[in-house]
Amino acid sequence: MPILGVIASAITGNLVTTAYQSIATVTVGSGGQSDITFTSIPATYKHLQIRGIARTGGANERINLTFNSDTASNYSMHRLVGNGSADSASAQSSQSALWISSGYDGVSNTANTFTAYVLDVLDYTSTSKTKTLRALDGLDKNGSGGIEFSSGGWFKTPEAITTISMSIQGGATFAQYTHFALYGVKG
Amino acid sequence: MAAGATYEPIATATATGSQSEILFTGISQAYTDLVIVVQATESGADGLIMGVGNGSIDTGTNYSFTVLRGNGSAASSYRVPNYDAAQIGMVNSTINSIIVHLQNYSNTTTYKTMLTRGNNTNWSNNQVYSSVNLWRSTSAINQINFKNGSIANHTAGSTFTLYGIAAA
Repeated sequence: MPILGVIASAITGNLVTTAYQSIATVTVGSGGQSDITFTSIPATYKHLQIRGIARTGGANERINLTFNSDTASNYSMHRLVGNGSADSASAQSSQSALWISSGYDGVSNTANTFTAYVLDVLDYTSTSKTKTLRALDGLDKNGSGGIEFSSGGWFKTPEAITTISMSIQGGATFAQYTHFALYGVKG
Repeated sequence: MAAGATYEPIATATATGSQSEILFTGISQAYTDLVIVVQATESGADGLIMGVGNGSIDTGTNYSFTVLRGNGSAASSYRVPNYDAAQIGMVNSTINSIIVHLQNYSNTTTYKTMLTRGNNTNWSNNQVYSSVNLWRSTSAINQINFKNGSIANHTAGSTFTLYGIAAA
């Protein structure tokens, strides 16, 4: 006999959670969408997390992510990738955006199959620290795909992040049902 | 922008030592993502596999996964297509800590992708383990189970906790 999980409402004690809050969500409709942008991000949290899934009707490519619409050469990144047969590590500096899911197929272009993302932006309101982003993302297509850990820095003179934008390298659009949600973590 | 508190505990299970399966049924559809935290030891060494389904656990070969792992001196990667469950970690009698991100589990329009990362302090090739898993079904997920690939028992005190995250 399996052990059945206990529904949380049956557990005594404090289950109230208020430190992790949903801020905004973008779900792409049937016409597709060229970019996904969170604007006017409130400064009332300590950290941000972006969770999502993405697919494109275009070619497999990475996501380019920018802060505060800055497209100057202020971004650097490192990654560790597994592609199902080998591991690899690589890096870039002085780029116009952070590269996300760049070490494998990137955004899926296979029907029904989506690349998954969990992105963390720490201390995003600081005006004295260079901002870093930590990413875990992956895509499995039953025979191809990959998984990637990456970290990136935004080396512009430190400023609070109020806008986060994502687009697909090469100009392809995000396909229907692509979904990204922005969360704030209290400090 | 809307805002609301989320990341809520949905359910938890603690192994007694005599069962090989942990099963969650009737999982609420009120969330967007699930996060599952596993802190487990096993009576046998093998993959910790996770089945999902709607109304019952899908045991068909509708899963596939890609792994990236490291053992302190080298990293490696491998892939398994057409498997009968997701593989979220490699487990044995040493404590295994695993976090699973099950994205958009309640939608009925996409195949489901899961990201995992975990560690095992005493398995030669799997001391750090991560995987991306695909379940080729557009069904919403309302059941999840956890088994050892060798049908070994989950050791008493092993915990499996589900959290729900709702998007605005």
